[in-house]
Amino acid sequence: MAQGELIIKGGFIVDPTRKINGDVGDVAIKDGKIVEKVSSSAKVIDAKGKVVMAGGVDVHAHVAGPKVNAGRLMRPEDKLRAGTCRSNMAQKNGYRMESGFSIPSTFKTGYEYARMGYAFVMEAAMPPLLAPHTHEEIHDTPIIDEAALPVFGNNWFVMDYIRKGEVENTAAYIAWLLKVTKGYGVKVVNPGGTAAWAWGLNCLGLNDRVPYFEVTPAEIMTGLMEANEYLGLPHSMHVHQNDLGNPGNYAITIDSLKLAEGIKTKNKFGREQVMHSTHLQFHSYGGEGWGTFCSKAKEVMDYVNKTKNITIDLGCVTLDETTTMTADGPFEHHLHGLNHLKWTNVDVEMETAAGVVPYVYDPNIKVCDIQWAIGLELALYAKDMDRTFITTDHPNAGPFTRYPRVIKWLMSKQARDAVLNSFKHKDKVLDAISLHTIKRELSLFEIAQMTRAGPAKCLGLGAYYGGLAPGMLGDVAIYDLNFKDMPRDPEKIEAAFQRAACFVKSGEIVVKDGEVVSNGHKKTVWVNAKMPENPQVTRDVTQAFTKGTYTMDIRNYPVRDYLAPHPFVIEYDVEA
Amino acid sequence: MPKLIKGVGCPYCGSSCDDIEVLVSDDETKILEVHNACIIGTNLFHHANDPTRPKLPRMRQPDGSMKEVTYPEAIDWMAKTMLKAKKPLIYGFGSTNCEGMSAVARIAEKAGAVLDNCATICHGPSFLAIFDNGYPSCTLGEAKNRADVVVFWGCNPMHAHPRHTSRYSIFPRGYFTQKGQMQRTVLCIDPRETDTAKLADHHLMIDQGHDYELFDAFRTVLRGFDIPETVAGIPREKIKEAAEIMKKAKFCMIFFGMGCTHTDGRNHNIDAAISLTRDLNEHTKCSIMAMRGHYNIAGPGQVWSWQFGFPYCIDLTKGSHAHMNPGETSSVDLAMRDEVDCFVNVGTDAGAHFPIQAVQHLKKHPFIAIDPNFCMASEIADLHIPVRIAGVDEPGVVYRMDNVPIQFRAVIKGLPGVPSDEELFDMVYERMCELTNTQPVWLAAKADRKYPESPAVI
Amino acid sequence: MATVTLKPIKTPELIFEGYSITPDNFAGKTAAQIADLPGHEGKILMRLGDFFEISGNAGETAADTNIVITGDCSRVKYIGARMTAGTVTVNGNADMYVGGWMKGGKVHIKGNMDSFCGIQMEGGELICDGDAKNHVGCAYRGDWRGMKGGTIRIRGSAGNDIGTFMLGGTIIIEKDAFIHVSTHAEGGTVIIKGDVEGRVGGQMVKGDMYVLGKIKFMMPGYQKVDTVEKEVDGVTYKLDHYIGDLGERHGKSKGQIVYANLYVPAAA
Repeated sequence: MAQGELIIKGGFIVDPTRKINGDVGDVAIKDGKIVEKVSSSAKVIDAKGKVVMAGGVDVHAHVAGPKVNAGRLMRPEDKLRAGTCRSNMAQKNGYRMESGFSIPSTFKTGYEYARMGYAFVMEAAMPPLLAPHTHEEIHDTPIIDEAALPVFGNNWFVMDYIRKGEVENTAAYIAWLLKVTKGYGVKVVNPGGTAAWAWGLNCLGLNDRVPYFEVTPAEIMTGLMEANEYLGLPHSMHVHQNDLGNPGNYAITIDSLKLAEGIKTKNKFGREQVMHSTHLQFHSYGGEGWGTFCSKAKEVMDYVNKTKNITIDLGCVTLDETTTMTADGPFEHHLHGLNHLKWTNVDVEMETAAGVVPYVYDPNIKVCDIQWAIGLELALYAKDMDRTFITTDHPNAGPFTRYPRVIKWLMSKQARDAVLNSFKHKDKVLDAISLHTIKRELSLFEIAQMTRAGPAKCLGLGAYYGGLAPGMLGDVAIYDLNFKDMPRDPEKIEAAFQRAACFVKSGEIVVKDGEVVSNGHKKTVWVNAKMPENPQVTRDVTQAFTKGTYTMDIRNYPVRDYLAPHPFVIEYDVEA
Repeated sequence: MPKLIKGVGCPYCGSSCDDIEVLVSDDETKILEVHNACIIGTNLFHHANDPTRPKLPRMRQPDGSMKEVTYPEAIDWMAKTMLKAKKPLIYGFGSTNCEGMSAVARIAEKAGAVLDNCATICHGPSFLAIFDNGYPSCTLGEAKNRADVVVFWGCNPMHAHPRHTSRYSIFPRGYFTQKGQMQRTVLCIDPRETDTAKLADHHLMIDQGHDYELFDAFRTVLRGFDIPETVAGIPREKIKEAAEIMKKAKFCMIFFGMGCTHTDGRNHNIDAAISLTRDLNEHTKCSIMAMRGHYNIAGPGQVWSWQFGFPYCIDLTKGSHAHMNPGETSSVDLAMRDEVDCFVNVGTDAGAHFPIQAVQHLKKHPFIAIDPNFCMASEIADLHIPVRIAGVDEPGVVYRMDNVPIQFRAVIKGLPGVPSDEELFDMVYERMCELTNTQPVWLAAKADRKYPESPAVI
Repeated sequence: MATVTLKPIKTPELIFEGYSITPDNFAGKTAAQIADLPGHEGKILMRLGDFFEISGNAGETAADTNIVITGDCSRVKYIGARMTAGTVTVNGNADMYVGGWMKGGKVHIKGNMDSFCGIQMEGGELICDGDAKNHVGCAYRGDWRGMKGGTIRIRGSAGNDIGTFMLGGTIIIEKDAFIHVSTHAEGGTVIIKGDVEGRVGGQMVKGDMYVLGKIKFMMPGYQKVDTVEKEVDGVTYKLDHYIGDLGERHGKSKGQIVYANLYVPAAA
């Protein structure tokens, strides 16, 4: 956190948390936080004629940890594609080397997010056993604040407690695991399916039984939502559903979303949803096979629009060559069978798995084009932008560095049509989508909802991130866009969001004219939900180590404090 | 009162056993007893007691002798030498912690160096194969809990990884393998009758250098095609039998070692092994794992992958981008071709491991060795800087052969005045910044890494 | 057509990365301007003029530019890399990456070449009168898109890893090769007129290979299907036709599985 005063003057302020839509005004920052006013000696940043927003909040990206690094390691050619990365200025100023395109190095990850005006990023899947690795990478990612979601949906303890209907034990285990891994919330990836993958199997249906554990994906999701609300965690259960990426999966998607019905939210963090359904694009597919593959974005969003206690993010395909990576091990195995490219798999004892496969979203392939359209349709059919967030499931559907491009497509029908018209199989694509019939163009206010206010609230971080109200963190992005006179050329929108005119992070100027000027002061955010000791869970966990189901000593399992030297801990007592 | 420290990680092989118990003297300066470790690990701990361990850097004098110098002098010389060199090579890291590997990266960037680790002479070909074909693997607990067929190909854990077979692969009773060895079928593919081969249910005594053909034979058989009467010296029927065992496994685990990575074809042997693993996953569940040698040799592959995108052989001479191409930017190739003009040997012994011509080329230029002990590299070096021993008197993160991070602890206090690798590299970096009149870049304020409290569990 | 002549005047202490030595970079420049083009020796930014005496101005375009290097370039990398047109002739040896990623034009090395020559080449012609080391016409590490087009002709021998992940184009080795020919390839043609130690066509999906000498160790995944007469580099031979790698996946065309083809001289 930087000391001192700063005032950003005369910009068009876009802040959905206070319903401010383009009013000209000032933002004052003192000692890293937004304040009502500052003294006349404050450093002045002129934002006249530019848009001022809170720092961006990314609700779901794979930016740090073992599978991300497995992707970096296995793809030297991704670096070759990125070519020269570091500007002369960065070299002169001695900033760290930047590498990689679809899976950038940690340094590049921090710098690129900062250049886009992002303040907070949620690492979407942390295998608990490998948590020290995730924290080492977070430590090496400059500027941005980060948190990580440990994966629970295929965890042996969780499946066992849920089979026995033990919500309190599930909750106590979650609380313990969040504490020892310095994790943020409950991530679920292909519930049951990844556990089945340890034997080479999968759970594609909600009522498939997990081998040996005899629970179903539906029971796991319901049980984890109940435990999540028992704990009153800042964030809700965050789910990557079953049957990802397969034609016709929209039905199971809606059935999974329906599991949230009847579950009530309980928390002190302003969160309203009980389920966050991530990268919905991969789950909104119609058709019976790749030949009849089509969009069901409308059907899925009709359900989302009328159900208040769920939030979603898009997972937009950006038509790039990228790297898919997910704890959905069986899916990655399936995918390498389709594209025959290299395949990495990491099964983690007792907890989870992960797979990594490069993927080329080729604009000349019909299915890729339909996927591209589905991501955008989801956003354009959304009625409540505070519950709909922009992501690319980085790097699965495209790298996060393409967010400005997604914003351009959402804000400009002209930009969307230009892409549609470039498709080799345009006619066949149009038969399978409805994007071309949608005239809607999102406003800057809606973009701020989807990238700031909404995700911050969904994560239970609305008091700190996503807005510009006094008391919130001093993270402010300034974009070179005239609110009153938006450019006719959509490319200019993308360019403005790609390189912020200025980005203030924790009260310190870290980016100026699109160049990084400071390595900033990053924070690692985690949750300590304090519960009375639960002897059953203590015994179960201890035995897994002493009986050697785990191959590590229990004393070496918790992430040591020095690995996350800049903690921002949300600590509270769980009310039973 | 002597103190018994439990859950200690062992600084020997890639098994990175962390169930060691070490009894230390009351003042935490002497190791008294070591329990649970293998004989080599035990000796490594006791070695820290050696009263002749170097405590000061030594610099080569014009008359060829070595003279003790202060740390600031050594740091200044190292900083100046690396800045002056056109293309320094920093190599090693078989035996240090990830904190040191991370710190050295700053120097490498600043000095425009090539950064490489011991994988370049051991499991580097495995990396090349992973680049080309991926790595369907798992943590060792998966092998322990599930594997009913275990294949050791070109490796001999009974000698090289003494506790591997008892902790992870053959003997232990895992969750779904309660009968331990009784429940496992062990295949060994090796040209020699090693102790691992003697232990195996099936030993395929392959003709040396023909691993690639045998992998292809397995794959051909699995796809239902016939193969020649013998392949790589193994009769057709034996190959078919072994293929059937792997195919019928509930969980097949393939461990491979330097017998694959350092015979003809190198990376292609591993590449074919990975293809076989992929094929077997059409029939059952199959995973593959490299038997990494040192306790943290997987570490630099991880640290440098997240920092630069490459696990080894990283050429940072261009400020604009990192470049990697083993065969060109690999240490031995650079040395053989006389492409570097300064050499820094860290926590390994290039003097003992590199071909003699490579060492001769390196010796023409400044040669710096950073090592807790005396070794061949330290004895031919122009400058030898001693450091603490990661895992004995210095804590830190290490990556086990399955890339599981293990937080090692220090069991005794380090020698007074002797820095850790990380501290040394940070001091060299700071000196380089002074010399070039630039601001040091610390991504995060440096927390105190010394003797972190072991957090209470549960 | 204009010719620029580079006369080596100094051997680099380490290795000189001569990535500027292409007709594309020279085009439109005078000899003095060419002497100022960059290259690296380690981390030091150097000029071409530091190592070469340059005479003659370049043509307007790459296609109008011939480059002749009159001496040994054993310690100069990247000659002709990424070029799209024109010619480069080296009257001596050349180091790594000759003609790497090249899209067009012609490179002629009259001596020997080191490794990674013609890496990921897309078009044009690369001729070497001497021997080449390893990785002729291969892919960059990790890339599944190797050589896509063009021709590489080595009049001498080559080492290992020829045409790894090859997708198209032709590689001709007029003498012997060591191991690993067309590994992982999905297209293209490799002709080896001498002997090969082994590992020909391992993990190969598609494409053609001709080995006119002996293969010491045949891959077990290859099976003889017939004997054919075929023209290879202008000469007609009677050849045994093998298909493989039967251990690898293969695509289908018109309902038929497409294998890789290996042709060797017909057994007497």
